[in-house]
Amino acid sequence: MSATSYSGRRAEEVTVEAVRNGELNLDDIRISRSTLLAQAEAAERSGSVQLGLNLRRAAELTAFGDEEMLAAYEALRPHRSTFDELEALAQRLEARQAHECARLVREAAEVYRRRGLLR
Amino acid sequence: MDMDSTENGQDHRLGRIRLLDEQRVNLDGFAEPDPELGMIAHRSPNDPEPSWVVADDGTVLEMDSRRAEDFDAIDEFIVRYAIDHEQAPRSMAMSEVELARLIVDPSTPREEVLRVCSGLTPAKMARVVSMLQPVEIQMAMMKMRARRTPSNQAHVTNRLDDPLLIAADAATAVLYGFRELEATVPVLDDAPAVAIGLLIGSQVPAPGALTQCSVEEARELAMGVRGLVSYAETVSIYGTEQVFTDGDDTPWSKAFLTSCYASRGIKMRLSSGAGAEVLMGQAEGKSMNYLEARCVALAKAIGAQGVQNGGIDGAAITASVPGGVRELHAENLMVMLRGLESCSGNDSLVSESTMRRTSRTLPTLLSGSDFIFSGFGSIPSYDNMFGPSNFNAADLDDYLVLQRDWGVDGGLRSVDPTTLEAMRREAAEATRAVFEYLGLADFDDEHVEAVVMAEGSKDLPQTDGLKVLNAARIIDQSGLTVLDVVRALAETGFPHIADRVLGMARARISGDYLQVAAIFDEEMNVLSALRDPNDYRGPGTGYRPSPERQAQIDAIRQARSVADLVREQAKFAEPGRLAPLGPAGVGDDPREVVIGVSPAFGTRLYRTLSGMTIYEVLEQILAGLEEEQCVPRVVRITDTIDLGAIGKSAARLSGSGIGVGLQAKGTVLIHRRDLPPLANLELLSVAPLITPEMYRLIGINAGRHAKGTTPAPMRNAYTDEAITARYHTKVVSMVAIERREAERREADGHIELEVTR
Repeated sequence: MSATSYSGRRAEEVTVEAVRNGELNLDDIRISRSTLLAQAEAAERSGSVQLGLNLRRAAELTAFGDEEMLAAYEALRPHRSTFDELEALAQRLEARQAHECARLVREAAEVYRRRGLLR
Repeated sequence: MDMDSTENGQDHRLGRIRLLDEQRVNLDGFAEPDPELGMIAHRSPNDPEPSWVVADDGTVLEMDSRRAEDFDAIDEFIVRYAIDHEQAPRSMAMSEVELARLIVDPSTPREEVLRVCSGLTPAKMARVVSMLQPVEIQMAMMKMRARRTPSNQAHVTNRLDDPLLIAADAATAVLYGFRELEATVPVLDDAPAVAIGLLIGSQVPAPGALTQCSVEEARELAMGVRGLVSYAETVSIYGTEQVFTDGDDTPWSKAFLTSCYASRGIKMRLSSGAGAEVLMGQAEGKSMNYLEARCVALAKAIGAQGVQNGGIDGAAITASVPGGVRELHAENLMVMLRGLESCSGNDSLVSESTMRRTSRTLPTLLSGSDFIFSGFGSIPSYDNMFGPSNFNAADLDDYLVLQRDWGVDGGLRSVDPTTLEAMRREAAEATRAVFEYLGLADFDDEHVEAVVMAEGSKDLPQTDGLKVLNAARIIDQSGLTVLDVVRALAETGFPHIADRVLGMARARISGDYLQVAAIFDEEMNVLSALRDPNDYRGPGTGYRPSPERQAQIDAIRQARSVADLVREQAKFAEPGRLAPLGPAGVGDDPREVVIGVSPAFGTRLYRTLSGMTIYEVLEQILAGLEEEQCVPRVVRITDTIDLGAIGKSAARLSGSGIGVGLQAKGTVLIHRRDLPPLANLELLSVAPLITPEMYRLIGINAGRHAKGTTPAPMRNAYTDEAITARYHTKVVSMVAIERREAERREADGHIELEVTR
């Protein structure tokens, strides 16, 4: 398996020696967007459509920093956002090619409005 | 007033009822079914009729008797994502019996069942599994679990959050065979220090065990991002909208969170389980099984790879209602029917009764699961910060024996104490070195030694809780990562552990362990639904332990061979105390009584089953005979191992016609020359229970029989011990040794022995 990390480093280059020499950082052991997409395809091929979709959203989220990502999660929790705030979030996600995530957020906004889960 | 109450200090209960009242099972709470409270395992009258109604354009108009405009957030998410709209009309048209048979029938392959189940609504699936008998559930679990190879998960925690003890206990758990280790902390801020101890310890005996430290989500994710943990499972979902939103989430927020974990390469499963909604008073009158069917469908919809369920925190609630324990297993099966990894509960103590808690776990062990426990308490109960598990450290030998009894792979193996000590020491020392190298905390040799030898945290010297907290704070503030841990291990003389810890980080790059039911084996191969799919298709198929693995299951540390017994027996030999004088002749003194001893008596075997040595036994019988002014002789009978025949031969050699037969295991009888071989005058057959006084009485009574006076009455020994379980393996070995000696010595004839006293 010759997957490369988020930073583009090959797995074989992740060695104790490289760590000792201070050559590695967290992005060298972080999963990449393309690997997550490949895993999504593998899941879908085996019939796990939903896991595939989850991994596609995950692939999109690799572009986001931890705090941004968790802020989006926070916005989706019950009674945190108005309909418009969720729409704005969806647009921000879309602007960075996170289409599946954006779709999820728009869908949430609709359902939250009907079920009284908006702020 | 009740018949069974006490009045004026007088206990009016029947003795038989009092006996039952004292049993531990009666410490458990049992509830009358109460559908309004959700206290019902299966088929509440308020559960909806299964339904799936679709308009011509494909729009879903109704699911499970609820119209689309009334869908709550859970219904909505399930309809959109969990259910295959193409498959649903076909699957929903099938009868429940038809579906149940499909699920159980070994000739219908797993893939086919998954396809059909993808079209089932929660209410329909709940109905189908509720009609399965327990053994049918097991059959279905054997076929439907995702991963071919079963596995097991351990809780590794302690009251002090001591990272060295965490490391030693993590190493212990991996040595026993656990492939996922779950920690949590009594003090939230201690989490990163515990996570590092767990990570290091988990890789000491073998590479590849996954680790997690269960805290709140943002922290857990942060530790995951830094590579300090590799999976998460305490992401809860619930079966009613109210409880779900009270838990401060929605299906959409949980779906997003699930993707957040995956985006950082962290394995994750959701957690649900019956009883949770009841405990929160929000079951909406539905059965536990139906609410859980909703959770499981939701987990599928969210795209999680697996689910931890089977009661979990609510297990005891579920077990308190009729059919509750069966419901717990049905929950696991529903996860499997959705094609997800099952982490099968058994992680909270369901009963005070050992019989009941075994009954709860055994079916899962026998059918196998992706994880038979979603947390076997690998540490003593008092150190389990999740609360006691259904099985705990004290139960490890029981579990290993259950595995061996049934010949099934429960994921664990026996551990020899020398290896265990070495692994615990290495884990504790490596963790100490890392903490010291990174400037987190210093631990002295005494502390390391206490950790290695400890049963649990109660055996550790009183420590300053601030030390761990301070270390954890430094880890967080300086943003230490797995790479710092690897560097510290490499620089402090633990390069092989450094390599394994880095291996766990490296595995993130390919993300193969994000697939359904993924674990690493001890060679870092990924075993998952993709790489190691369950292929059970009836007898002779599916997972079978390899010969090596079977040998591990069969070999428990308590097992003994004949050679072991000979070695143990030899320790009790007192050379020179039983000397052969030559061939034994027939005596003519009417006061003479011959004690006939068995072939291995004093030649290979020296200790009876009661723990007395053969010399002590002889002394007692001789003393008894002498009390009666009789003349004892001791003769080794060499041509038989049968106690009756030994006694009869002794009687034939005896001047009085009375003989005592005595085997090395301690069984003894009195015989008379003219009786048939299988008859006797007195017999003590339960060797483990014979006391010195009883042997003396045998001597006295043999003397009285010789003189023709009345023998004293012999009381039978009584015990409620499992005599056959305790002693029969020894008996088999002793008989084998006796047999061998008889064959070797038969030609020598009976030998007169001189006893030195």
